[in-house]
Amino acid sequence: MNEISVYVHLPFCVKKCAYCDFLSGDYGDDVKRAYLDRILREIDHCSPVLSDRIIRSVYFGGGTPSLPDPSYISSIIRAVMDGHILKKDAEITIEMNPGTTDEKKVREYLKLGINRFSIGLQSMDENELKALGRIHDPDDFLYLYDLLRKNGASNINVDLMTGIPHQTPACAQRSLESVIALAPEHIAVYSLILEEGTPFYEKGAENLDLPDEDTEEEICEMTRLILAENGYGRYEISNYAKKGYECRHNLVYWDLLDYIGFGASAASRIGNRRYTNIRNVEAYTASEVPLFEEDLLLDESEWMSEFIIMGLRKTAGISLLDFSSRFGKELEEVYGDVIERYEGEGLLKKQEGRLFFTERGMDVSNIVLSGFV
Amino acid sequence: MNIPQNHIRNFCIIAHIDHGKSTLADRILEKTGLLTEREMQDQVLDNMELERERGITIKSQAVRTVYRAKNGEEYIFNLIDTPGHVDFNYEVSRSLAACDGAILVVDSAQGIEAQTLANVYLALEHDLEIFPVLNKIDLPSADPERVANEIEDVIGIEAMDAPRISAKAGIGIDDVLEEIVNRFPAPKGMETAPLKCLIFDSLYDPYKGVIVFLRVFDGSVKPGDRIHFMATGKTEEVVEVGYFGAGRFIACDELSSGMVGYITASIKELSQTRVGDTVTNADNPCKEALPGYKKVNPMVYCGVYPADTKRYPDLRDALEKLQLNDASLSFEPETSVALGFGFRCGFLGLLHLDIITERLEREYNLELVTTAPGVVYRVHKTDGEVIELTNPSNLPDSSEIDYMEEPVVSAQIMVSTEFLGSIISLCQERRGVQTGMEYMEETRVLLKYDLPLNEIIYDFFDALKSRSKGYASFDYEMKEYVRSELVKLDILINKEYVDALSFIVFRDSAYERGSKMCAKLKEEIPRHLFEIPIQTAVGGRIIARETVKAVRKDVLAKCYGGDVSRKKKLLEKQKEGKKKMREIGNVQIPQKAFLSVLKLDDE
Repeated sequence: MNEISVYVHLPFCVKKCAYCDFLSGDYGDDVKRAYLDRILREIDHCSPVLSDRIIRSVYFGGGTPSLPDPSYISSIIRAVMDGHILKKDAEITIEMNPGTTDEKKVREYLKLGINRFSIGLQSMDENELKALGRIHDPDDFLYLYDLLRKNGASNINVDLMTGIPHQTPACAQRSLESVIALAPEHIAVYSLILEEGTPFYEKGAENLDLPDEDTEEEICEMTRLILAENGYGRYEISNYAKKGYECRHNLVYWDLLDYIGFGASAASRIGNRRYTNIRNVEAYTASEVPLFEEDLLLDESEWMSEFIIMGLRKTAGISLLDFSSRFGKELEEVYGDVIERYEGEGLLKKQEGRLFFTERGMDVSNIVLSGFV
Repeated sequence: MNIPQNHIRNFCIIAHIDHGKSTLADRILEKTGLLTEREMQDQVLDNMELERERGITIKSQAVRTVYRAKNGEEYIFNLIDTPGHVDFNYEVSRSLAACDGAILVVDSAQGIEAQTLANVYLALEHDLEIFPVLNKIDLPSADPERVANEIEDVIGIEAMDAPRISAKAGIGIDDVLEEIVNRFPAPKGMETAPLKCLIFDSLYDPYKGVIVFLRVFDGSVKPGDRIHFMATGKTEEVVEVGYFGAGRFIACDELSSGMVGYITASIKELSQTRVGDTVTNADNPCKEALPGYKKVNPMVYCGVYPADTKRYPDLRDALEKLQLNDASLSFEPETSVALGFGFRCGFLGLLHLDIITERLEREYNLELVTTAPGVVYRVHKTDGEVIELTNPSNLPDSSEIDYMEEPVVSAQIMVSTEFLGSIISLCQERRGVQTGMEYMEETRVLLKYDLPLNEIIYDFFDALKSRSKGYASFDYEMKEYVRSELVKLDILINKEYVDALSFIVFRDSAYERGSKMCAKLKEEIPRHLFEIPIQTAVGGRIIARETVKAVRKDVLAKCYGGDVSRKKKLLEKQKEGKKKMREIGNVQIPQKAFLSVLKLDDE
């Protein structure tokens, strides 16, 4: 039977961060309740899709999924499992933000079968956290981390960020090293991107005291080096893990496997159909029928380019054999010239039946990837 | 239908830009009843879409209306609309020559401006009867008494009784109409003399061929007559004659002396019917042509290339079509290493250039890359040969050049005393030589300068406006060629010479312009995977250098399920952006970089 992954979007936050462009915000209890009702109906509605497949992973993303009462999560998990088959070792992740969770919640999560915890830390520096508009301080994080470990959490991710306003290499190194000292299984390091529609974007890069390009690059290099030294392998542009702890759910996106998303703004891709739920909490909640931001059938060329754009994000890149068995033609036939050009420039590398980025290639991957769209 | 000459009034309206010329024309047409209000578009005379959008009149046109005066008689008004911009000075002068009178419109808030004067002088040169009207009296800042005084003092024509009007609000238009009847002389041509007509405009119609706009001075013309164009020497048979309704041509039996109208004669080429030429009867010619004909030569040249090299034939077709209606546009094929196949185009001035490129992009749906505009230099070679240089790349080796000359214009600038200092220093920076300075009144000065044309074609208007907060106006005419120390600046990008970026400058400005050019290009050229040196050279010697640093990071930090569509669009945008660039060596250069030289003085 085919496998599928499940994503659940919970857009609730205590306060929206200045850089965040996900669908999230501070919603009242009645909205939260109505939203839950709507999600449960959506899951029910999609039950035929789930019944056909084995659920390989579930991911609660946000927003701040750790904000509402755990009963919220439990009713969703129950609905997802109800009448469907969960893979034996299915990965079930919840994103959490420091300052929103207590021991009771953590115990509940573990009881529900949640086995992976992803903490949005971003920085261990108080000033940087303030600049980002985070609601927590470094101690809130340490408290949460300790709670998780104490109660038996054995797979924890910590999100860090580079390119934060006022960030210096020394500061970034301190953040990283104090996280590594806790030995989480997984660390994700994102560079701050000013996304349209966020307060940061409105304010403008020139008014944010961002580290300059050279400084940020120094920070990134340092990050890669220290993570490698400490046994964290880079398996995707922004993701590092101890061996065996790569996030199985996220790999679904990069491996072009099927996933279904529930909740406002959640995306699904099943076969060659890709659709995204409406990006508006009120509209999503109010509607009885599914409303889509977009709903498309990918044709072969879109499908191929997506395979490459997503696949090359992984350090392991893509398998030439996988490509030819999926599409019935050789990768070289379709993209030979682009590949040759960027191989020549030392950005792509072909080895043992795989095509992947060199380290420099990964840094400038957009330039290369735009050749594949 | 023969109209007695004493019931005809041929006139034009002259004004500084934005003083309300076209609006007054509209009101006259409205009041003379030829158009109902329903038919009125906002500005009927400006019938090209582009003209309406830019609010200026590009091609001169004429319209005939009927006015019943207070004395009970009906009069034919032929209103000839003249372009208001310095680029089209010659067309203005020919339009004026077709008239007997001119209404001088002056904004009663702003008073006399540079083009007011230039146009008045031009009208006086053509012996036109002029009466002023004071427009925009409904503006709070209007001061018609002051402006009337100014007109009397500065121009020396009577203005105290001038109609106070608001063309926009329709105030005082009746007075203007009566003045037209009473003040302007009727034509005084001889009906029985040999035909003598002045061409003041022409346009190409795909069905009728060239439609020639003319004023009949003596004699008459009707279909079947054989006519002779005295300057071009061509002879044709008249197919149709007629006059101008609002926005359409109305055929009639005959055009006789004093009338303004059109003829068609199955003429295929606009160049055969040059503005200013005299048309006579081939079988009964007049003794001598009307004075003042001259061939207009383009003053400004630039390279025009299709952004998509495959569209070169489309560009050629479009230019040919535009030329049908605009004989002052010239073009010839040229090749650039950087830009491929394109055309070196000649224009009357920068506005003309703007209009043409915009029409190419809009009406012909072409995306263009244009190179920096330049003037026509005269290169005197050591072997005695003289080259008219329109493309900097064709400059001979310095060893072959004896000396060079550049065109100089005489310019008039009207400025309030407050900004006098900054405008004088602007003119000095642009190598201007002051030839006169007159106080028009206590607060306003008329400056006269000789200025090299190449110093004003780029951004002089903008600089003038910004340094005077908009309180300066400007007009110029071509004066002469003078000897000058000129050099060619070459640009090298990643060590490769880019022909389309070369330009000619005054030797003493070379270093400054070269450095600015490097800095500007550094902004325009996106970072690549490698470092790109940008250099400026004069005669093979590098005088300035900048470096575009290599891209260090260009990566999407996050890409999960919900991001795919958006991120893919980003990549597509990046790819589109790349397509819009020109590849020189292995450097992608955005198309607007080719106009960088125009923006060297941006703050």
